Amino acid sequence: MKKTGFLIASLAATLFASTAFADVAVKLGVLNDRSGVYSDLAGEGSVVAAQMAVEDYKAADKGITVEIISADHQNKPDIASNIARQWYDQDGVDVILDVPTSSAALAVAEITREKNKVFMNSGGGTSDLTGKACSPNTIHWTYDSWQLAHGTASAIVANGGKSWFFVTADYAFGQAMERDASEVVKEGGGEVLGSVRHPFPGTDFSSYLLQAQSSGAQVVAFANAGGDTVNSVKQASEFGLAQSGQQLAGLLVFVNDVHSLGLQTAQGLMLTESFYWDLNDETRAWSARFEEKMKKKPSMVQAGVYASVLHYLKAVEALGDKDPTKVLAKMKEMPTDDILFGKGMIRADGRKIHQSYLFKVKKPEESKGEWDLYDLVSTIPAEQSFRPLDQGGCSLVK
Amino acid sequence: MFELLGIPPQALFGQLLLGLINGAFYAILSLGLAIIFGLLNIINFAHGAQYMLGALASWVLLNYFGINYWWALLLAPIVVGILGVILERLLISRLYHLDHLYGLLLTFGLALIIQGLARNEYGISGLPYTIPSQLSGGQNLGFMFLPNYRGWVVVASLVVCLTTWFVIEKTRLGAYLRAATENPTLVGAFGINVPRMITLTYGFGIALAAFAGVLAAPIYSVNPNMGADLIIVVFAVVVIGGMGSILGSIVTGFGLGVIEGLTRVFYPEGSSVVIFVIMAIVLLVKPAGLFGRTA
Repeated sequence: MKKTGFLIASLAATLFASTAFADVAVKLGVLNDRSGVYSDLAGEGSVVAAQMAVEDYKAADKGITVEIISADHQNKPDIASNIARQWYDQDGVDVILDVPTSSAALAVAEITREKNKVFMNSGGGTSDLTGKACSPNTIHWTYDSWQLAHGTASAIVANGGKSWFFVTADYAFGQAMERDASEVVKEGGGEVLGSVRHPFPGTDFSSYLLQAQSSGAQVVAFANAGGDTVNSVKQASEFGLAQSGQQLAGLLVFVNDVHSLGLQTAQGLMLTESFYWDLNDETRAWSARFEEKMKKKPSMVQAGVYASVLHYLKAVEALGDKDPTKVLAKMKEMPTDDILFGKGMIRADGRKIHQSYLFKVKKPEESKGEWDLYDLVSTIPAEQSFRPLDQGGCSLVK
Repeated sequence: MFELLGIPPQALFGQLLLGLINGAFYAILSLGLAIIFGLLNIINFAHGAQYMLGALASWVLLNYFGINYWWALLLAPIVVGILGVILERLLISRLYHLDHLYGLLLTFGLALIIQGLARNEYGISGLPYTIPSQLSGGQNLGFMFLPNYRGWVVVASLVVCLTTWFVIEKTRLGAYLRAATENPTLVGAFGINVPRMITLTYGFGIALAAFAGVLAAPIYSVNPNMGADLIIVVFAVVVIGGMGSILGSIVTGFGLGVIEGLTRVFYPEGSSVVIFVIMAIVLLVKPAGLFGRTA
């Protein structure tokens, strides 16, 4: 299969030798959670998104043969490392995509750097990927903990939510999230009354919620993700945190989580995302195509996989080459432009820059459909969305 | 202000109560496991998946048939219990003469298949299920806000656990069951249909898991992996209580819930490990478990 594709591509290349014809075969590996807590927001949907990017770009017509493979890292850094090594060393993978779970993402970033390949992260959250753990081989596409913490926390602090309590997942991402959000709260003149670190993943959060409740904080923020956030919000509603006057803030809430919670439970929750299916005609059209294949709306992580693959293919086509060093330089040099994230760029530290959006979850009576979940509160301009280049402590930034 | 172990006593009471509520889930699940192990000698690894099926069934009943929580509490265990009976007749009954390991492997495989099918059909993010209106809201107990639903969970599980214990330990039916565990051939000779009794016992154990699943649906995320996360802890509870001990599983279920709850206050990072540390200590000191009899 792969061989014939390559043959056809080479044949086509000789026929159309006059045009700028790339004649390159690339292999993309989508490494994510395919069975656990993040498999709805990443999982097979990310593979489908990558395939859609290859089809939409008409890579084959441009002389780029693309093969996409995928694997389940089970959210474990050790498994992610093993697969990444095997893919780079034995299977000839050029690019690793997605990789949710920050601890796994950090491990893959390290290996990618060591092997001089390309790592385009969409699902991971820690801002350390473009901060103190930055690498010339990492591009962090969709979102990070700094962005979401700042988007959500600064809006709430500005509205008078000055005292905070954190319920934090006890691993790299949760800790980074809590740290980033705490900074925003303190900068805005607020204070952090306390925090509790829960094991990941957890089921029962009532004990932590009780601590949050008795702390008397105005804002209870959940620095966790996926099923943990769903359980936290569900139980916070049960324990009446909102009724007793506490504002709930989800620091990392995906559209799938809100869908799963139901509007009755999730209404009023503030959150930040880089992408939502219902932003404009183009996102709606793309999401409808995605929904046809996956039977659900895309998450921002899956949208990020799509857009990052497009940008990578553009760079390969422009160079006519897949040499990682050249491609990485080209990707950072070219401005990014796609239908899902609009215009943007990739900074020297590997951070992809684009707009982000502050949403509020709708009340049940305002929703017009199963996936009509958010009201857009405000759009955060690209230059304010992400951590300033000189504050991340990345060694690539001079 | 007066403090106990560094935290205000009100907060401590609140946490003890929450621990008891979580213990309620451990108790029902480990009770089902203990009954199945005691009578069938099968280590039922599919218990978590069957608990998940209970929660899933209540969602399906509500969304496709408009059947509310209270009927689901009755119907879901029956439906899942019947599924258990079919599994027992078709597959598990073929393994009674073999080593424990085969039963463990079979039920573990079944659990993976059930979870995989559910994931394919419903995704992983979970399905929304709200608390029934009669039980929404809560009581202010002075030291904590107790949601009515949590109170109901403790009452319901205590009633179910104690009734089960009573039936097995104090009635004629229970006597047959216990006798069949000791010597199935002899009990069969008295004209009692032992294989049928065993099948129904498995079905009952599964129904208990499904009952816990329905109880969990309004407060935990209803997703295909909800049981997989819980079942490992429940196994530890069974081992600590003593494999196959009915009363042991109930008492240790509630007790370990309380210990875990306290760990969440004093050292939350360790709360997922504490039960396993206790298990290791119990195994070293009393290998048959706290309530187990050495064979």
